[in-house]
Amino acid sequence: MRPILYALSFLAVMGLAFWAYRENYATQNSLRNVEELQAEIATLREALAVQRAEWAYLNRPDRLRELSTINFDRLGLFPLEPTQFGQIGLVSYPVPPALAPDDTPDGTGTADRSGTLTGPDAPEPDSAKAEGNVNPQVEQVP
Amino acid sequence: MIRTPLRPLARILSARARGENPDSIERENIRLRQEKTRDRARARAEGRLLLLGIAFTIAFTVIGGRMGLLAATEPSEPRSAASGAQILAGRADLTDRNGRILATNLLTHSLYAQPKDMVDPARVARELARIFPDLDARLLLARFTDGRSFMWVRRTLSPEQMQAVHDIGDPGLLFGPREMRLYPNGRLAAHVLGGASFGTEGVHSAEVIGTAGIEKYLDAQLRDPALEGRPVALSLDLTVQATTQEVLEAGMKMMNAKGAAAILLDVHTGEILSLVSLPDFDPNDRPQALAKGDPADSPLFNRAVQGVYELGSTFKIFAAAQALDLGLLEPSSMVDADAPMVWGKHRIKEFENRNYGPLLSVRDVIVKSSNVGVANIALMIGAVRQQAFLKSLGFFGPTPVELVEAAGAKPLIPKRWAEIVTITASYGHGMSASPMHLAAAYAAIANGGKAVRPTLLRVDRPQDYPAVMSGDTAVKAIDMLRGVVTEGTASLGDVEGYQVGGKTGTADKPKATGGYYHDKVINTFASLFPASNPEYVLIVTLDEPVETTGPIPRRTAGWTAVPVAAEIIRRVAPLLGMRPTIEPAASGAVTLIRN
Repeated sequence: MRPILYALSFLAVMGLAFWAYRENYATQNSLRNVEELQAEIATLREALAVQRAEWAYLNRPDRLRELSTINFDRLGLFPLEPTQFGQIGLVSYPVPPALAPDDTPDGTGTADRSGTLTGPDAPEPDSAKAEGNVNPQVEQVP
Repeated sequence: MIRTPLRPLARILSARARGENPDSIERENIRLRQEKTRDRARARAEGRLLLLGIAFTIAFTVIGGRMGLLAATEPSEPRSAASGAQILAGRADLTDRNGRILATNLLTHSLYAQPKDMVDPARVARELARIFPDLDARLLLARFTDGRSFMWVRRTLSPEQMQAVHDIGDPGLLFGPREMRLYPNGRLAAHVLGGASFGTEGVHSAEVIGTAGIEKYLDAQLRDPALEGRPVALSLDLTVQATTQEVLEAGMKMMNAKGAAAILLDVHTGEILSLVSLPDFDPNDRPQALAKGDPADSPLFNRAVQGVYELGSTFKIFAAAQALDLGLLEPSSMVDADAPMVWGKHRIKEFENRNYGPLLSVRDVIVKSSNVGVANIALMIGAVRQQAFLKSLGFFGPTPVELVEAAGAKPLIPKRWAEIVTITASYGHGMSASPMHLAAAYAAIANGGKAVRPTLLRVDRPQDYPAVMSGDTAVKAIDMLRGVVTEGTASLGDVEGYQVGGKTGTADKPKATGGYYHDKVINTFASLFPASNPEYVLIVTLDEPVETTGPIPRRTAGWTAVPVAAEIIRRVAPLLGMRPTIEPAASGAVTLIRN
């Protein structure tokens, strides 16, 4: 009995030693990995900080004010003034569509004021554009 | 082990035969046995002691060796235990109340030289002087060749400069990483932010320490590694600050003033939304303090916090409010306002020697800004109660604002509070305070009579402050302040839709040699808006303004500080999300108060 116990404990020691050896290398590997990741995180964070600083620098009020002055022709931006507050009652809402005479109670087809059919069967407004039927007043931006 | 018997038969028998006492043999054997036991025990104890001694020696040696090793080696970060934010935690950022960056860090490089490794010091000196025009080639060469082994050349480099230095290609020139404090908004909020510089410098890194303003006040917190570089949100609003600065700068130029300051305060939380002092500076390149002359002439001087001035008639509302609060007077009560008033050897006069008297209602004393009227009110209150009231409004100590300069800006209070001081203090002379003190005191009126603690850090909910006057008094005082704008000295301050209320103050500047200048004034407009339910207090101070559009130069606050403040309110109120409203008709509560 005793020799078997000896042999078993010896084997156990060998096994544990092997396990410890592998664990040691696995740990070192993970540490190296962690280090690499942290270095990467640090670089990215640094880059992020630079981007943030640059963003703040580019959006500094002085510069935005200058840019809006330079581009006044295009943007027409004024400083915010009390007169620019509107009343909610002054906003015109879209007129509710009148019911078409041939409307069915289940509401499959509705007509707006000009009589154009809108609803599931109506053609998509974008498709008109695709066919070249573009409003000449709308400037197309590439 | 062979156990010797206590009474060995052979010896007993022989002893008996000799006629000896056999018990002595037994005793002898017991003694021997005990001795043996004792020896064994001692040996074991000694062995244990030795073992313990060895164990302790080893333990202490290991600990000592480890300590020595730790002390002798270069420190390194724990590799596995770093949590996310610690990986790259420098000095914490400062942001405005909406998270927009006011101060952040940028990684740059410093340049240092090891002249002993230099191949061609003369060429290096020449090239460096070419890259950095402020360096002198001859001086550099002298320092490279005087036998030193290390010297700093530049603290921070731009990437272009770094590349140019790289191109010199000398092994004696080396770069060290540096974290640099960057203020992306330039001059904006310069006096709040202050500035930062390098503390202890090493080759691999350098401490960034705050040198002034909130950077210095919060230095420990900003550098605390336990906070992991979490940004600190200030109460400032970047947009509001930029607008205030723009308008104030234009106003300062238009009014030919040599300096200006503005403070915008949220009366419910005490948050300072905007703090401008002009002239200002770029905290990225903080100028040196003036070596001689008046420090108040330096752009570093924060007029809003450090500038301790006689604030003039803006103080009148405090005397009036206190008299109402004590129940001595009502807004409609008549007081003696017969100018000039003679008190001892002093004569109290009105502006341009007018006379509003003989009798004037308390409301009209404020609206018309009568020195004599308010002096009589102050005499009714008395010196002791007046001092206690001004003290409760914070006029006797430095403001608690989170700026390192604030603690040094103590109001100037006369040592002996004579009766003439009671009179002059009631209209803002004889004692001096900073615009920040005034903002806090006006905020107390605007906040329904509760003293407000101004702060530069974001506060998320209204604070509970101690009351210094009743809410009813505050309402009456606000009504008087509104009267100043609608019918009194600050008529240019009315902004349609925002019901500005406020009080003007024009104070002659004291001469350094004693006495007052007659053509140099400090103009202040202390305002609150909207008067029906005040939310913000705005203080505008102009230093030596003069308005020259008319035939004679005008130096009263009504012509200088008031229009500037009105323009600030007109521009800033929409930014604060305030919709212009129609003023509630002067009926109901207000009518009741007047009757």
